[in-house]
Amino acid sequence: MLKFFDKIRHDKIPFIAFIILILMYFMILFADFFAIYPSTYANRKLAYQPPSNLYVISPENKLVFPYTYNFEKYFDENTLSIEYKQIRDKKYKIKFFSEGYEYKLFGIFKTNLHLISKPDDCNLFLLGTDINGHDIYSRLFFGGRISLTIGFLALLISFPIGALYGGISGYFGGAVDKILMRIAEAIMSIPSFYLLIILASILPSNMTSAQRFALITAILALIGWAGFSRVIRGMVLSLKNQDYVKAIETIGASRRRIILKHILPQTSSYIVIAITLSVPSYILAESGLSFLGLGIQLPDASWGNMLREAQEFANIIYRPWLLIPGFLIFIAVLSFNVLGDKIRDILDPKTLK
Amino acid sequence: MSTWVYILKRILGAIPILFLVSLVSFFLIRLSPVDPLAQMKLNPAISQETIEKEKVRLGLDKPVIVQYFLWAKNFMSGNMGYCTDNTKVSTKIKGRILNTLLLSFFVIFCSWILAIPLGILAAVYYNSFFDRFLTLISSVGMAIPSFFFAILMLLFAQHTGWFPVGGLTSINFDEMTVFQKIFDVLWHLCLPVIVLTTISISSLMRQMRANLLDILNAEYIKFAYAKGLSKAKVILKHAFRNAVNPIITLLGFEFAGLLSGAALTEYVFQYPGLGKLILEAVMQSDINLVMASLMIGAFMLIAGNLIADILLKITDPRVRI
Repeated sequence: MLKFFDKIRHDKIPFIAFIILILMYFMILFADFFAIYPSTYANRKLAYQPPSNLYVISPENKLVFPYTYNFEKYFDENTLSIEYKQIRDKKYKIKFFSEGYEYKLFGIFKTNLHLISKPDDCNLFLLGTDINGHDIYSRLFFGGRISLTIGFLALLISFPIGALYGGISGYFGGAVDKILMRIAEAIMSIPSFYLLIILASILPSNMTSAQRFALITAILALIGWAGFSRVIRGMVLSLKNQDYVKAIETIGASRRRIILKHILPQTSSYIVIAITLSVPSYILAESGLSFLGLGIQLPDASWGNMLREAQEFANIIYRPWLLIPGFLIFIAVLSFNVLGDKIRDILDPKTLK
Repeated sequence: MSTWVYILKRILGAIPILFLVSLVSFFLIRLSPVDPLAQMKLNPAISQETIEKEKVRLGLDKPVIVQYFLWAKNFMSGNMGYCTDNTKVSTKIKGRILNTLLLSFFVIFCSWILAIPLGILAAVYYNSFFDRFLTLISSVGMAIPSFFFAILMLLFAQHTGWFPVGGLTSINFDEMTVFQKIFDVLWHLCLPVIVLTTISISSLMRQMRANLLDILNAEYIKFAYAKGLSKAKVILKHAFRNAVNPIITLLGFEFAGLLSGAALTEYVFQYPGLGKLILEAVMQSDINLVMASLMIGAFMLIAGNLIADILLKITDPRVRI
């Protein structure tokens, strides 16, 4: 393991990707500490407020502690729309490592310590708000919790299924193999995104957010296993004729034992590679589903459903801050890809030149 | 075995798969809590008799298994039923298939014509600045969510005014001459093609580069150099033909990926393709439409894989099918 890390560390770009991912997971783990508003906060009176700028240089050209101004809403008669303008009467000093709303760290320790907390009666929205008056900045952390974990959870379901399915199909061969592989082929023959939206659309609407999260995870998992099981089957087909398997069969080990304990572990290095390379596709699938409104639903946040508002053309032109979650998805997926490539290079003996 | 027998065999082999696809998807859709006729019932333009007729035709009063076979019987005889807005599914879907095929054709064409030369260059100038730059670009292409990229392109189109914002045709399309019409469609296709090409080009280019790198280390390439052949001849005549074969197998996968990836892109660009149609159909639980577009999607996918295998047979004489 240490050797593994050492190899990553010596390559600059994968190492940066690794650090970015560690930072991202650190931030979603302590999401409440980084957030300014609780995840349920919504103030419809402050919809679409632009980001509050932080100033460190005062009007007298002196370096000062970061401060910000409040916004005031007014009705613009020329454009017939509601606009915001800064009121430069009163400065609000930002507080660091100070008290904010109360939360439970890891669900156990009660605390109210925050990295940044808002000054009294200041509407501090570092990255603006959306149509419901949610604070985009805080929701990035809560949304990341879902977007960055759902891929791993789906993998935990789909890979064991795929490995077992492929293992059984390959080991038994004959009619079992034919039937199992036809079913897998049928699932692979449905364009995956079509299947995804059909599955997501059959979810009833009156579910709690935890139930919905679990079911979306299960649906994502249902998509990936078929292609994976075919590869495992191919590997098992060649493994099962090796002498060591014959030896175990002669000893009289049960089929279950042979498949689970002796054949599947041989494919583990492929499995590790396939897992790291497929996390990004799950993250992208979740964001796509939520973007369409079929995935994670409000009031819960995910990076995909935060981008839902970018569907409206007016929003992406006049309120570009709503696009920020898209960049985060991009950075996360990019980091996973870069790191995955590196892990493949390390584990794949073919590339050890 | 001649190629024709092989094609016939593959087509026959596709039938059980299509049957399974239809079975799986039919039961999945029937699990949906939405009443497939709810929209019809709300639409005052649709008479009570039509609803009753639909009910009987779909067999909604019968058990799900019977329903499925009724649907299958209708589908086999070419009757795909009516959508919730009372138009024929077949008329609605026909135009959409053409649009999606048009889009896919351009994307595959553009990505191949760009990815293969770029992949060759990256492999030949391995580890150079150019190679690293291409690797970086392809990582970006693989990481960006298609819908997000599409949104960014829309923003770009809005700011520059160079490209139309969404759709397939301009408002005054009907008044144009044939030549103008072709230009108009191509102009509207630009942005979706750019988005989808950027995404599909990345993996193709990487694959091409990796294959060529493998082959450039082979003995017979060293021999070709030793014979005194020029670098261009070695790469284009000896290495290229072997490196491109695995890529052709990818064509089938690429087509499959396109059908999926295109759905979101079509949605953002309001492009009237199959992906957008199925999305709308799913949201309304329009069972006939969903089933028809799913079956056609699956059929296109199987056909894409078949075409890829036949192409491979043509380019690689060693392949026995």
